[in-house]
Amino acid sequence: MSIWEYANPKKFLTTTERVMPFLWGVSGLLMVVGLIWGFFFTPDDYRQGSTVKIIFLHVPAALMAINAWFMMLVASLIWLVRRHHVSALAARAAAPVGVVMTLIALVTGAIWGQPMWGTWWAWDPRLTSFLVLFLFYLGYIALWEAIEDPDTAADLTSILCLVGSVFAVLSRYAVNFWNQGLHQGASLSLDKEENVADVFSNPLYVCMVGFGLFFIAMVFYRTGTEIRARRIKALMARERMEA
Amino acid sequence: MTLNVTDLAIARGGLPVLEGLSFRLEPGRALILRGPNGIGKTTLLRTIAGLQPPLAGQIEGAEDQIAYAAHSDGLKQALSVTENLIFWARVFGTSSVEPALTAFDLNALKDRAAGALSAGQKRRLGLARMLVTGRPIWVMDEPTVSLDTRAVAMFADAVRAHLGQGGAALIATHIDLGLSEADVLDAGAYKATLPALDDFDEGFL
Amino acid sequence: MIALLMRDLRLAVRAGGGFGLGLAFFLIVTVMVPFSVGPNSELLTRIAPGVLWLGALLSCLLSLDRLLALDWEDGSLDLLATAPLPLEAVVSVKALAHWITTGLPLVLAAPVLGVLLNLPGQGFLWLVLSLFLGTPALSVIGTFGAALTVGLKRGGLLLSLLVMPLYVPTLIFGAEVARRGAEGMAVQTPLLMLAGISAAVIALLPFASAAVLRINLR
Repeated sequence: MSIWEYANPKKFLTTTERVMPFLWGVSGLLMVVGLIWGFFFTPDDYRQGSTVKIIFLHVPAALMAINAWFMMLVASLIWLVRRHHVSALAARAAAPVGVVMTLIALVTGAIWGQPMWGTWWAWDPRLTSFLVLFLFYLGYIALWEAIEDPDTAADLTSILCLVGSVFAVLSRYAVNFWNQGLHQGASLSLDKEENVADVFSNPLYVCMVGFGLFFIAMVFYRTGTEIRARRIKALMARERMEA
Repeated sequence: MTLNVTDLAIARGGLPVLEGLSFRLEPGRALILRGPNGIGKTTLLRTIAGLQPPLAGQIEGAEDQIAYAAHSDGLKQALSVTENLIFWARVFGTSSVEPALTAFDLNALKDRAAGALSAGQKRRLGLARMLVTGRPIWVMDEPTVSLDTRAVAMFADAVRAHLGQGGAALIATHIDLGLSEADVLDAGAYKATLPALDDFDEGFL
Repeated sequence: MIALLMRDLRLAVRAGGGFGLGLAFFLIVTVMVPFSVGPNSELLTRIAPGVLWLGALLSCLLSLDRLLALDWEDGSLDLLATAPLPLEAVVSVKALAHWITTGLPLVLAAPVLGVLLNLPGQGFLWLVLSLFLGTPALSVIGTFGAALTVGLKRGGLLLSLLVMPLYVPTLIFGAEVARRGAEGMAVQTPLLMLAGISAAVIALLPFASAAVLRINLR
């Protein structure tokens, strides 16, 4: 038994089909519970009022926006090293999910920022970095769409993802240097003492796990679609050749 | 330098096209590659030239020995005939372009811009490039396209001279070059059989 | 390698080579800025370093789609890939040729355009220095983008979309040097960062560009 067994498209499809209902169910349940708990059963913040509750959307979305890119990076590396097609297709499948998460984080951030900072948008380092991340996602997706040959596309986007990751980190530092920001520090951190009260952090954890599982479910589902599309393409090419 | 190809399988666009292909190309020999359109001749030549990886099998004795001539000649329209040749000569670390100009009767055209040449003249210039590379194994894809009979004879003479100096040539062509001493390889005999339809794996076939 | 460099430079200055287009574009963009923001000289003084950097960046971008695509179309890239020159060297030389024909003229023209935008006297040295250090990075990063899109018809727009995010750090540090220089502030930190980015990009990115090119040539 090796984990690479699941890199076989057929094995991947049968396995994910078995776990999909469970994944959809649990992630949906956690998100609904977390959001309802967060929106209706937590007190208003003494400074920020009820506006603070957008945190239950904003933070998990932002978290997934970054983790989706990270997952794409790992999947790209696996494709470049081990040449498993499923890995490349999973990276492709994750990108649109990641871009939507980035958009949610940006939009909820703007809605949160308006009453707090008095502006929809500020060129704050965190906001700017997310905007740059959004551009990286767009470029990555556009490159996938532009290239006809699937293996070439997988190779090129993987290298773009690698190079892009380095530049994304570089941009983060550059942007930090360029403007010190308005944004509050991280809402949750492992090493420091929590700076969000427990009443908020518990539903937030539920939301984060829910979003994480939802992301996994989406990626599995979309990868399955990509595999089938790839198979159709291969079969059509075969038919043309045999004709 | 012997080119040794063993049990080669190649793919185009993810589909295997040729498999089980083996041959040897000794110094002083020419091999004519034949086969219907779409069988994978160009893919085979590109694989041997090292531009794309084979699916399976080995290619020995190709590295740094091959001069490759593709469908397009890689000429710069704005440069003159001599400038084009001198560029390639310097890239390959050789010096003299005069024999190449003479072999393909380009001396009268040598100061003309490549963009002002006719299709046949461009092709002659592209073939003259093979002479300035100084590489022993010529791998050529349809070298005689747009050449007239006189130019084809010129080309056959150049190949023969190259073989005489211990070179070798692998040429994909449909016409008779008049190289009676050349061996012939029919790519059609190595057409790949596709895997069974229901067995769907990493290749998605 | 020198043969390739000389060929590219010669092609650039011959008819249809496009030499000087980037420079003309730089001039046009700079002239358009006062039309769009108004002739207030104080405002122009403030935005001059940023505008000149952005103008230089866009001019660089403009010529990228010809950088490798021309060699791809006429088959030279196939032949170069089978030549004794490693592709890493080919892309490095191509980037160098691009810098000499596009980046260097921009660096030299920037002070003149600085006068048009009322750049303060102390800013000229830093503007030129920052562009001199930054434009090589723009050329090398651009070559990577050009290698990614070389096989595509109408890849120009995609090329911009791919390259722009990669230009962010260079632009930030480069424009920061020019701005601080113009305002008489300390420039050391961004200057070192800019030089570091250029050096790292020149040393490492050609490997990625060559890998990408090899994939595109398959």
